[in-house]
Amino acid sequence: MPDLRTEVMEVNMGPQHPSTHGVLRVVLKTDGEIVLDAIPYIGYLHRCFEKHAENVTWQQVIPFTDRMDYLASMNNNFGYVVGVEKLMGIEVNERVERLRVITAELNRIASHLIALGTYGLDIGAFTPFLYAFREREMILDLFEEICGARLLYNFMWVGGVSHDAPDGWIQKVLDFCDYFSPKIKEYNDLLSFNKIFIERTANVGVLPADVAISYGCSGPTLRASGVDFDLRKNDPYSIYDKFDFNTVIGEGLKGTVGDCWDRYWVRIIEMEESVKIIRQAASDMPDGNVKEKIPKIVKVPAGEIYQRTETPRGELGYYIVSSGDKIPERIKVRSPAFCNLSVLPAISRGIMVADIVAIIGSLDIVLGEIDR
Amino acid sequence: MDPFGRFLADLIPLFNDMPAWLAITITGLIAGTLLLVFMAVFALFAVYLERKVSAHMQDRLGPMEVGGWHGWAQTIADAVKLLAKEDLIPKNVDRILFKAAPMLVFGATTAAFGALPFSADLIPADMNIGLLYILAVSSLVVIGILMAGWSSNNKWSLYGAMRAAAQIVSYEIPIALSLLVAVVIVGSLNMSDLVRFQDGTIFDWIFLKYYGLGFIAFIIYFVASLAEVNRTPFDLPEAESELVAGFHTEYSGMRFAMFFLAEYANMFLVAAIATSVFLGGWLPPFPVLDFIPGAVWFVGKSLFLVFIQMWLRWTLPRLRVDQLMYTCWKVLTPFSFAVLMIVATLIII
Repeated sequence: MPDLRTEVMEVNMGPQHPSTHGVLRVVLKTDGEIVLDAIPYIGYLHRCFEKHAENVTWQQVIPFTDRMDYLASMNNNFGYVVGVEKLMGIEVNERVERLRVITAELNRIASHLIALGTYGLDIGAFTPFLYAFREREMILDLFEEICGARLLYNFMWVGGVSHDAPDGWIQKVLDFCDYFSPKIKEYNDLLSFNKIFIERTANVGVLPADVAISYGCSGPTLRASGVDFDLRKNDPYSIYDKFDFNTVIGEGLKGTVGDCWDRYWVRIIEMEESVKIIRQAASDMPDGNVKEKIPKIVKVPAGEIYQRTETPRGELGYYIVSSGDKIPERIKVRSPAFCNLSVLPAISRGIMVADIVAIIGSLDIVLGEIDR
Repeated sequence: MDPFGRFLADLIPLFNDMPAWLAITITGLIAGTLLLVFMAVFALFAVYLERKVSAHMQDRLGPMEVGGWHGWAQTIADAVKLLAKEDLIPKNVDRILFKAAPMLVFGATTAAFGALPFSADLIPADMNIGLLYILAVSSLVVIGILMAGWSSNNKWSLYGAMRAAAQIVSYEIPIALSLLVAVVIVGSLNMSDLVRFQDGTIFDWIFLKYYGLGFIAFIIYFVASLAEVNRTPFDLPEAESELVAGFHTEYSGMRFAMFFLAEYANMFLVAAIATSVFLGGWLPPFPVLDFIPGAVWFVGKSLFLVFIQMWLRWTLPRLRVDQLMYTCWKVLTPFSFAVLMIVATLIII
C-alpha cells in the first residue's frame, strides 16, 4: 500500500468565533484533531486608548479606561485615579476609599461570574452561564443605583467618586453578600465538580509557575500556577491593607497545579474572598463628602508614576507621565490579559482542538483590554 | 398484509375489493403521509419543548409572545421563516453533494420511522427484521453528514463531519449489542413481536428483567443513543464553542431546516426504539390502564425519554473527542458485550 499523503491543516479560529471571547483570531496548525501550533493575532478591537489619553484632560481619560476592560470598568478606573492622585498628592477621605473598594470588589465578582459562566459555555455546559448572569444582574442593579450606568461606570474620579451612595445602598450591598455566598455552592454542584467538566479541564493546559512568571502572567492565571502574588496584598494600594482576606492560589485539587480547572477554581474562591472584603468595607461606613477633594481643574505636577492595581484579570499597570499640563503627556497601559494571552502558544502544542477552547476560556481574556 | 393494511381494511371495507397492488400502494401513501406529518408536527413541538425546558432550567421564560399563550406558535413562525428564506448555496461547494446531503439525512430518518410500532395496529411496515432494518437505515445518516461536511468546502464543517462519522459509527456497536440483549431474550427481530413479548405489567418489560441486566442494557442503549443523535454530552459534531455549527455551518433556509428536522426526528427515533424494545412499546404499565390507546402510551413514553435527552443536554458539559472514544470502546462496548454474554448463558441454562 502506498503511503497516504497527509497535510497539516491551517485553520482560522476567529475573529468571529463563539469561544474566542471577542474578536481574537487564533491561527491553528492542526494534524487532524491535534494542534501543532496556535498563534494568536490581535488588534481587531484597537481603539487608540493611549493616543486618546494624550488629547483629553486628566478627568476625561477616565471614561476611556472604562472601555478597556469593559467587564471590570471599576477596577480600570481605580488604577488610573490612584495613580493620578499619587502624582498630585491628594489624599481622599475614608468614605471614598471604602466606596471604591466596595465597587471594585463587586465588579470583580461580576467579572469572575462572566468568566466562569462563559467558561461553562466553552466546555459545552449552557446553563451555568445564565445562573452566573442572574447574580451579575443584581450587581449591575447596584451599580446602576449608585452611578446610573450598568457597564461603563465612570464612577471613580480623580479626588473622589462621581456619586455618593444613595440611602440604603450599603445595606443592599450587605444583603447581596448574604444572598451571594450560598449561590457559589450552586455553581460547584452544577459545574465545578461535574465529572465531565473535571475530565475536560483537569490536567489540561498546565501552566508551570516558571513559564507563567517568564511570560508576565498575573492575576488568577498566575496564582493558579501556585505563585502567591496578589497586588492587593503584595503592593497594597488604596486601603486594601486594612482588610483581612486570603490570596487564593492553585493547589491542583483535581489534577496538576496550574491546569485549567485550577484557574477556574481560583476565580470561584476569589469571589468568596471578595465577599469578605466587601463585608468588612461596608460595615460601619464613615460619613464624609465624597467630592470634597475633586479639583475644579486637574493639573498634575510634572513627573511620572507607574501605578499597578489588581483587576480581575491581573496586574493592570498605568505608566503616567505628566508635563505639568492640563492633559497627560503620555499614558501607557500594561494590560494583564495581553500578557496572559501571550502564554497561549507555549502551552498549546500537541493538544486537541477542544483543549484550545478550554485554555482560552480559562485565561479569561477581554479583547477590549488586550487591544485597547 | 401488514397490520396497518388490515387496520385500514377494517376501517374502509372498499379496500377488500381492490386489487392487492392498488391497496398496498394506497396504504403505503397514507402511511407515508401520516409519518411525514407526524415528524413535522413532532419536530415543531420538540423544538418548542426544548426551548421551554431549557428556559425554565435556566431561570428564563423562553418564547412568550408569538401566538398568545406562552408563545406556542413560535416554532411555527420559525418554520415559516426558514421556508421563506433565500436558498443560499456558497460559491465553491460541491453542488450535487451539497444539495443531496440534507435529503439523504432526512430520507434515512423518515425511512427508519416506517418500521416503528406506534400501536398494535399502527405499524406502517411490520417486517420480520424490523429492528435490523431501523438500525441499518438510520446509519445512512452518517453518509449524509459526511457529504454535507465534505461538500461545504469549509474546514470547520469537515471537522464536524469527521467527528460525526467517527462517533456515530463507533457508537452503533454498543447500541446494536445492547439491543441484541432484548433480541436474544425475545428471539425475534420483529418490532411488534418485541413489544408483544412484554405483555403484562410493568414488571414484564425487558428493562426490569433478568436481574437488572435488562436495565443495564437499557442504560447502555440510552447513553449510546445520545451519541448517535449528537446530543450533549456527545454533541461534538455540532460543538458550538469549538466548531461553530459543525457540518451544517454553511447551510441555511430550508436545507438547514431539513437537518434540524432530521435531528429532532432522530431524537424521537432513538427514544422510540428504546420504548418498544425495553419499555413495553404501546403497552400500558398495568392492564387496568388498557382503555388509553396504545399509540398514546408509545408516544408518551418516547416523549419522556426525549425530555430526559433535553434535561441532560442543558445540564452536562461536553466530552472531548478522545474521551468520547474511550467511553465507547472501553466502557460501553465491553459492558454491553458482558451483558449480552450473561443473558445468553442464562437463556441456554
